[in-house]
Amino acid sequence: MSTEIMNVTVKQAPKKKTPMLKTMKKYWMFYIMMLPAIVILLVNNYIPMFGIVIAFKNINYVDGILGSPWSKFENFKYLFMTKDALIITRNTLLYNSSFIVLNLVFPLMFALMLNEIKNRFLAKLHQTVMFLPYFLSMVVISYLAYAFLSDTNGFINNSLLPMLDIEAIKWYFTKDFWPYILSLVNTWKNMGYYTVIYMAAIIGIDEEYYEAATIDGASKFKQIFTITIPLLTPIITIMTLLQVGRIFNADFGLFFQVPRESGVLFPVTNVIDTYVYRTFLTVGDIGLSSAAGLVQSVVGFSLVFLSNWIVRKIDSDNALF
Amino acid sequence: MNAEIEKINTESNPKNRLPKLATFGIHSMFTVYSFLCVIPIILVIMVSITDESTIVRDGYSFWPSVFSFDAYEFLFKDATSIIKAYTVSIIVTVVGTCLSMIIIALYAYPISRKDFPHAKFFTFFVFFTMLFNGGLVPWYLVYVQMLDLKNTMAALIMPLLVAAFFVLITRTFFQTTIPAAILESANIDGAGEMRIFFKIVLPLSLPVLATVALFQTLAYWNDWFLSLVFITKEGNISIQYLMYKTMLNIQYLSTNSTAASAITAAGGTFKFPSESVRMAMVIIGIGPIIFAYPFFQKYFVKGLTVGAVKG
Repeated sequence: MSTEIMNVTVKQAPKKKTPMLKTMKKYWMFYIMMLPAIVILLVNNYIPMFGIVIAFKNINYVDGILGSPWSKFENFKYLFMTKDALIITRNTLLYNSSFIVLNLVFPLMFALMLNEIKNRFLAKLHQTVMFLPYFLSMVVISYLAYAFLSDTNGFINNSLLPMLDIEAIKWYFTKDFWPYILSLVNTWKNMGYYTVIYMAAIIGIDEEYYEAATIDGASKFKQIFTITIPLLTPIITIMTLLQVGRIFNADFGLFFQVPRESGVLFPVTNVIDTYVYRTFLTVGDIGLSSAAGLVQSVVGFSLVFLSNWIVRKIDSDNALF
Repeated sequence: MNAEIEKINTESNPKNRLPKLATFGIHSMFTVYSFLCVIPIILVIMVSITDESTIVRDGYSFWPSVFSFDAYEFLFKDATSIIKAYTVSIIVTVVGTCLSMIIIALYAYPISRKDFPHAKFFTFFVFFTMLFNGGLVPWYLVYVQMLDLKNTMAALIMPLLVAAFFVLITRTFFQTTIPAAILESANIDGAGEMRIFFKIVLPLSLPVLATVALFQTLAYWNDWFLSLVFITKEGNISIQYLMYKTMLNIQYLSTNSTAASAITAAGGTFKFPSESVRMAMVIIGIGPIIFAYPFFQKYFVKGLTVGAVKG
């Protein structure tokens, strides 16, 4: 009995002493394989995380980042005193909230309807064409919008409005239209992507549910609301959760390229991302832009956890992590 | 029994058929929407082949009264800046995509192995980058001050190399499709991890590798943000960035063209069909994507459904 215990302890002892070293010895090749990605992640993601101290400093180039004096919360105070802080937060939140709704309702409707097109060729064709805008860069999209909206040569001002007997509109100088234009462009670009995701989920639903429902005499409409949509809840939750977590991060390209940096439009097109970019690289105010960037990162980070936590409370299977 | 079920599901069952009017409505709605997806591109194509003075008189239109291929002629005759930008875009896209694919796969394989004790830590190491970032300013300073990569092609390639989302997708693919038994037996036969990875894992993972490659190709080809941030001098200007520059200042193209500078140096004013040239450049810029995209789409759909990223 005692020898057995002795044996066991002897056997286990070296394992317990140096588990770290032992795994490293056994799996050394793994670390070499992962090395390139680790180096890039460190440089591209982790070292900048330490750079958040910049937001608490009064940076000057002579002393460098570490040598510059601390300014405590000066940068943040200054940021929240400007009226930009309110505008960019409002714009970011409102646009992203409306995008979340638009990116759910229309693609879901489209996916449900596309599923009803029994002609395989036609369904495939529509899906392919709808996906096209997703592949275009924002620069290209800004040109496409410009072709319609340009004051002097644009299609709308030259061909459409004269036909309706309406006077030409200076699109890039009129604030009122831009919330709609930007929502339209965003939906147009992303429709194909989200439709494909929901479509794939719908196709994945087991046919037997529908067979059973048909035998029970459920109508097509009833089948959609009692089978399809409930079974899509997990994917809908995940897609929405991913977007809610990023509600503080605006699509930089959309807000930077499509309005063509028209200053008149800033009150309705300036979002946190464009603000950080402009105060940093155009104006050159490091303190202010890094403060705004930090607020964005921290709030965004908390929102991911908050939304995930709420979903886990309701239904843990749908939580992201 | 089987026949009965088939009958239930066929269109002959009135319960499973939409009313004719609804079907018609769906068809016409999709036709209109598909049309709306391509119409802006058609407009740009038409403008690019419109005569310059016609644009000035009538504006952009779908069917110009006078056609002209001057814009393309100009671009091909004096193409230095376009060719340069195209070269930069192609180099960045090809090098970036190849590197990124191999780096992602090399990282995803160890973290997909259940027997690797540190797999959890390294999965979190990459997942965390999706949740939190230091913001634009520190990130910029790392590249410009620490690594001194301003105005280099490396600055256009490196930031996109390790896309966390694709690392996780690739890991899930390895976990779900490569049987652990194969890896074990290879291990018993004395094959090293590197050998197993290149000889067994990679050949079995072509679908996910294709997905990553296509997504990354698109990301690199369409990128203009990195140029906007890191490129301040001539040279290393990608096609997307050239388009952006030309959008803001139409003269940008002519200041970069050799013919134009020769003429202005001689004291003359250089005229070129700027409006149509600008649109022609967009068409040339989206060209490769348009041709590749039906093929892309197949893998996109596959990639999106390749597996949940959860965990």
